Amino acid sequence: MAEDEDADARYDDEDSYGDIKKFIYINRKAPHGTVYALESLEVVLIAAAFDQDVSLVFMDDGVYQLKKNMDTNELEVKNFSKTYRALEMYDIDKLYVERESMEQRGLSIDDFIVDVTVLNSNELAKLISEQDVALSF
Amino acid sequence: MLHIVNKSPFERPSLDACLRSAQSNDAVIFIEDGIIAATQGTVLSDKVENMLSSFKVYALKADVDARGLSNKVIEGIEVINYGQFVELVVENGTPISWL
Amino acid sequence: MKFGIVVHEGPYQHQASDSAYLFARAIIEGGHDLYRVFFYHDGVSNASRLSLPPQDDRHIPNRWSDLAEEHGTDLVICVAAAMRRGILDDDMAEKHGLDASNLAAGFRISGLGQLIEAGIQADRLVVFGD
Repeated sequence: MAEDEDADARYDDEDSYGDIKKFIYINRKAPHGTVYALESLEVVLIAAAFDQDVSLVFMDDGVYQLKKNMDTNELEVKNFSKTYRALEMYDIDKLYVERESMEQRGLSIDDFIVDVTVLNSNELAKLISEQDVALSF
Repeated sequence: MLHIVNKSPFERPSLDACLRSAQSNDAVIFIEDGIIAATQGTVLSDKVENMLSSFKVYALKADVDARGLSNKVIEGIEVINYGQFVELVVENGTPISWL
Repeated sequence: MKFGIVVHEGPYQHQASDSAYLFARAIIEGGHDLYRVFFYHDGVSNASRLSLPPQDDRHIPNRWSDLAEEHGTDLVICVAAAMRRGILDDDMAEKHGLDASNLAAGFRISGLGQLIEAGIQADRLVVFGD
């Protein structure tokens, strides 16, 4: 992927960032019906290089983004499911699923391709209230 | 926080997601099709009116007017312009969009 | 206060790019600092200089370009999203052997790092999408 390397290289020096900010990624849409699941994951992967405090939340149909056993062969689209497992390698390990969304859809943590923390709505509200930057997809 | 809701509650459950995730005294602004939630006489009007007891609730005038709903906004919801929307973001901390 | 704006949708299809533009103008008129407008997903299409809307309708790409020209607003579109959707500057077109480029004036193409950086540098980052 072509990158504007010079522009990003200016920020290799950690000190120029000042305090670390809390970024939250809000994922509410199912994968494949739209591009948002894939492209939000691409943002998260780039974000890893910036050493900020990153949380990913999956709620509403977003919980389906983490579903195990996706087979996209017949759809002839990229299966990016495994990428969620790679997040850990980038120190992105705060993945949260909203309990209500999960249960409404008859899913449980055993359905997910990665380890997640399940939050009830109050806990989610508290997490969200602590964030500096919210990226919604 | 400022919660920005831009979709109609009849189209999508974004307002519900917002309400599950908001805390008392947060601000909520309805923009674009989201302003439909801010109108009287719908099956959801009571629920939205109840929001006023926990949140400061706003609707974007440009979107209310564009949809011919200026005389139907729930009383207590403040109708504001873009300049005021900007100040709302300034005053209420981190903005979060419920798309 | 310093603002960043993210636009997720293309011109005309969804209201997002209109809302973002009006918000951008209000930021500037309110005396605040608009640090960057970052275009992602179909939002990259706001940067097509081939748009030909009817004469009596707003010209969405042009008014973004005007904002850049009049106020120096930094308009950035994501390179990966742009390549998928066919919005290219001259260098990219040449590099990939394509016979045309279409990036509108005032926009630049860069990486997602610019989005994260906007989140870091701005006091408030506002997302307009669908």
